[in-house]
Amino acid sequence: MPNYRIHKTEYIDETKRVSFKYDGKTYFGYEGDTLASALLANGIHLVGRSFKYHRPRGIVSCGAEEPNAICQIGSKKDLTEPNVRATELELYEGLEASSQNCWPNVKFDIGGINNFISPLIPAGFYYKTFMWPKSFWKKVYEPLIRLSAGLGKSPTEPDPDIYDHKYVHYDVLVIGGGVSGIIAAKMAAKNNFKTLLVDDKKILGGSTIYQNNESIKIDDKLSNEWLKNEIQEIKKLSNLTIKTRTSIAAYHGYNFLLAKENLTDHLPEEKKKNKIRQRLWKIRAKKVIIATGSIERPLVFNNNDRPGILLSNSINKYLDYYGVTCGENIILFTNNDSAYETSISLHKKGIKNIIVDLRKSASSELIKQAESLGIKIYFNHVVTNTFGYRKINSLEIMKLSEDGNTTVGNKIRLSCDCLGMSGGWTPMVHMHTQSGGKLDFRDEDQVFLPKENSEDQISVGSCNGDFDLENIIDKTVNKINKFLDIDNQDYRDTNIICSKENDKRNIWLLPNKIPLGKTKCFIDFQNDSTAKDIKLALKEGFRSIEHVKRYTTTGMATDQGKLSNMHALGIIADTAGVKMGTLGTTTFRPPFTPLTFGTLVGRNVGKFFEVVRKTSMHEWHVENNAEFENVGQWKRPWYYAKNGENMHDAVQRESKAARDSAGILDASTLGKIDIQGTDASEFLNRVYTNAWSKLAIGKCRYGLMLNEDGMVYDDGVTTRISENHYLMTTTTGGAANVLSKLEDYLQTEWPELDVYLTSVTDHYSTASICGPNSKKILKKLFPNLDLSDENFPHMSFKEDKLENINCRIMRISFTGELSYEINIESKYGNSLWKMCIEAGKEFNLTPYGTETMHLLRAEKGFIIVGQDTDGTMTPSDLQMDWIVSKKKYDFIGKRSLYRSDTIREDRKQLVGLLTDDPKEILEEGAQIVSDIKSKPIDMLGHITSSYFSPNLNKSIALAVVRSGKTMKGQKLIIPMENKNINVTVSDTIFLDKENKRLNA
Amino acid sequence: MFLINCPFCGERDQSEFSSGGEAHIVRPKQPTELSDDEWAEYLFMRKNIKGIQFERWNHVHGCRKWFNVVRDTSNDKILSVYKMGEKPPVNYK
Repeated sequence: MPNYRIHKTEYIDETKRVSFKYDGKTYFGYEGDTLASALLANGIHLVGRSFKYHRPRGIVSCGAEEPNAICQIGSKKDLTEPNVRATELELYEGLEASSQNCWPNVKFDIGGINNFISPLIPAGFYYKTFMWPKSFWKKVYEPLIRLSAGLGKSPTEPDPDIYDHKYVHYDVLVIGGGVSGIIAAKMAAKNNFKTLLVDDKKILGGSTIYQNNESIKIDDKLSNEWLKNEIQEIKKLSNLTIKTRTSIAAYHGYNFLLAKENLTDHLPEEKKKNKIRQRLWKIRAKKVIIATGSIERPLVFNNNDRPGILLSNSINKYLDYYGVTCGENIILFTNNDSAYETSISLHKKGIKNIIVDLRKSASSELIKQAESLGIKIYFNHVVTNTFGYRKINSLEIMKLSEDGNTTVGNKIRLSCDCLGMSGGWTPMVHMHTQSGGKLDFRDEDQVFLPKENSEDQISVGSCNGDFDLENIIDKTVNKINKFLDIDNQDYRDTNIICSKENDKRNIWLLPNKIPLGKTKCFIDFQNDSTAKDIKLALKEGFRSIEHVKRYTTTGMATDQGKLSNMHALGIIADTAGVKMGTLGTTTFRPPFTPLTFGTLVGRNVGKFFEVVRKTSMHEWHVENNAEFENVGQWKRPWYYAKNGENMHDAVQRESKAARDSAGILDASTLGKIDIQGTDASEFLNRVYTNAWSKLAIGKCRYGLMLNEDGMVYDDGVTTRISENHYLMTTTTGGAANVLSKLEDYLQTEWPELDVYLTSVTDHYSTASICGPNSKKILKKLFPNLDLSDENFPHMSFKEDKLENINCRIMRISFTGELSYEINIESKYGNSLWKMCIEAGKEFNLTPYGTETMHLLRAEKGFIIVGQDTDGTMTPSDLQMDWIVSKKKYDFIGKRSLYRSDTIREDRKQLVGLLTDDPKEILEEGAQIVSDIKSKPIDMLGHITSSYFSPNLNKSIALAVVRSGKTMKGQKLIIPMENKNINVTVSDTIFLDKENKRLNA
Repeated sequence: MFLINCPFCGERDQSEFSSGGEAHIVRPKQPTELSDDEWAEYLFMRKNIKGIQFERWNHVHGCRKWFNVVRDTSNDKILSVYKMGEKPPVNYK
């Protein structure tokens, strides 16, 4: 096996050998490697196939910008992860990784045929091709496209890993631990700012940490040595927290940032167990210093995507940091000075290399150093083509014309096994723009730079366009002193020697004799878009960068165009003949690099996914086979499956028992609001449609609450407990919103009212006993209470004790039966319930759930707000005009009840429906029509509630129907998929119209 | 995410608050005297400003108090916070 690890470095621990599997084959690397560096050390460049043309692709970079080396990690159904960048994944013992987007394997891939038919699949191919015949879309095109779409495979089982969230507050957050970030963090922390420094890498230092060129020195030390000292120093600072392996994902308003900390992704599997995998930091910082650095640009020329073609600086990092050379015969293709550092580093390690430089000439110290080492430099030359299928083996260069627009002279063919490209540097302005900051364009070196700030933040270092070390340190120090309003002198005498110059010859699309249509000049490696695609989009009339981006999919892959967006902009500007700065950029959206769902969700999975509210009787319900229904966050018994009954049978049994003898319902979830104050009566007058002033103490009243637009909002019974004390009940789902709404009116519209509201929903548990035998059960429970109709009539309230515990008993009914609701402090709820069950045994007291409750109330035509209403129903629409006071001057929603729209007679109104076949149960939500012959069919309304009533032995339904009030006795049709059901409009009350049962 | 300075509790995360729309829309004292159009003006018509906006917020997961906020919708900066019933600051128009 070839070994490209050619020297020792302090970042690779050669005593710790690590074995890993890539595409099923076992390889070795060392602790400190990334997957990418270990693969390169084994001579592997080919790591995947491109998305569209299935061209062989190799590792391009050494960081977050990597477009090609994305892989599938692991093979377990619950732990596998797609689209992991091999350049960021730290190697660990037992790592299993595989290449993506190729079949049967990366070396021989069937999809590679797309490369040869590529003239047939230009930009917008999908939009243009799959238009016709129309019938092909569903059966042929869509399945085919789906088959070829997507990168990698998602896990198919729940994620077993643990994730965590953490909230922190800092005075200063520094993003990026390169040279400027370290300086900034030191200055802040030393001046009493509580500071957090985050960096996505394993160790601090950015690109300077492996910078060892003799011609770049700080205080007479090599720049990496100087920086190591600085790092040692900041580690001693007590009010500085340093978080490595932590990357900022999003920068939101008010300096609120999200960071992902990797805790176990670099550990072998047995050490990952039971540990938190990733932690999402939610950071609030008073001030933010952005020092995110810059990334190197590729160059755009024909066949610039072959394996073995990397960014020049990445070759340097693999060499000086990981000790790995990317080839043995390397060519560096550049338009600026930075490739010369790579060249000199390679030369020092004995790696043969030559330089192709777009510039006509250059004469910085760095170039002189390269020349003196005898490195061959082709100035004013351009790479026009590359060769080699699975890896580059040679390339052609030509001389550039005077204006740089074309090539002249003869082709020179050079052999090589690796090509490094350097198109200059792109400042990482993502964080600045995510925070709302604007950008400026600098024409000299064609970069976008941070401009206005909308947050309290600043950019320093190369993300601010300062590329040479001297500039970086000087400007960072000055800017931080100003930004933090401090006068730090630590770096006043720092002496920096930097021989690099910023001179650059920028050509976005490099000239070529071959017509563009026959070239493959890649811009976006991951989404396979080329210079040709961009030009085609412009030719077809696209102008906005946002449109070109979407049409060609440039910059829309998982790397979000970190390497491609600038080139796309440049080529658009050049082609359209406009200045690049005037084009603007596409939007930089969070996250900076992909996040796992696990990180975002944190601990809120499984039973912690949402808050669950249980009544104090919950355990009893569980023990008695209750099936539960979610009502808001509450778990309510839906029905009790006795002896393995299904829902229908259980509901029929429960409903019958409740009317024949006695039933009991857990009504604890109903919203309860305690209302006190001298103006409580007046307040109720204003919020309910009916009158409250005359409600006697100890009496209950049903109320309907509207929105200001006149639509029914909530309902419930309110009890007057004493002169200035009421207890309001609301619907279970509406409790919180009703309280908010009432508070809103009290605080903002009627602050003069002396009223206090307190939610007591959780403080009381409620058992509701109904049925003809309910009075007998109550008698057993409260032997001293006079239950006679004279003393305790319907709609009244008594207090009594149950074994010394206070109970509030309301005689109110939602079933139409004689009915009592017993309220007790919640901690006694379960005991109350059990005592009721015990007392009711001889009367077949049957526990019933929400489904039976719904059925019983429907038999009586009582509405459920939210089921029979939907925010468009007025009291009159519900045939409840009786509850709207004519006398009251005002209440919430009153004025809206006679708006032109609310007095329309053809509004949808609540009616009852009876099926011609009494056994036929209608479907809730089904449409209602009168004439099925005329097309389109006129829809009159829909069914809101539907049940089979065991007490009436027939099907009953409530519905809202246009002009329904006037349609009693009329025949209507419910058209279903297989049949039409005939119904007759009826009254909404199906049972006991005279309310005899209330006093049975 | 905003950091809102509740006039009763101090600076808190936006997630503790709920927004209540445009401020200083007074419920008419005599709704019955209003025409449909006048009532509709109160009920439905709201401004959608790019720039300085007066709005209501409720510290719903805190002290449950309503208060007013002056916010520049173009950059989400909260310029002023004041209690219900207090006059809006005059320097923002």
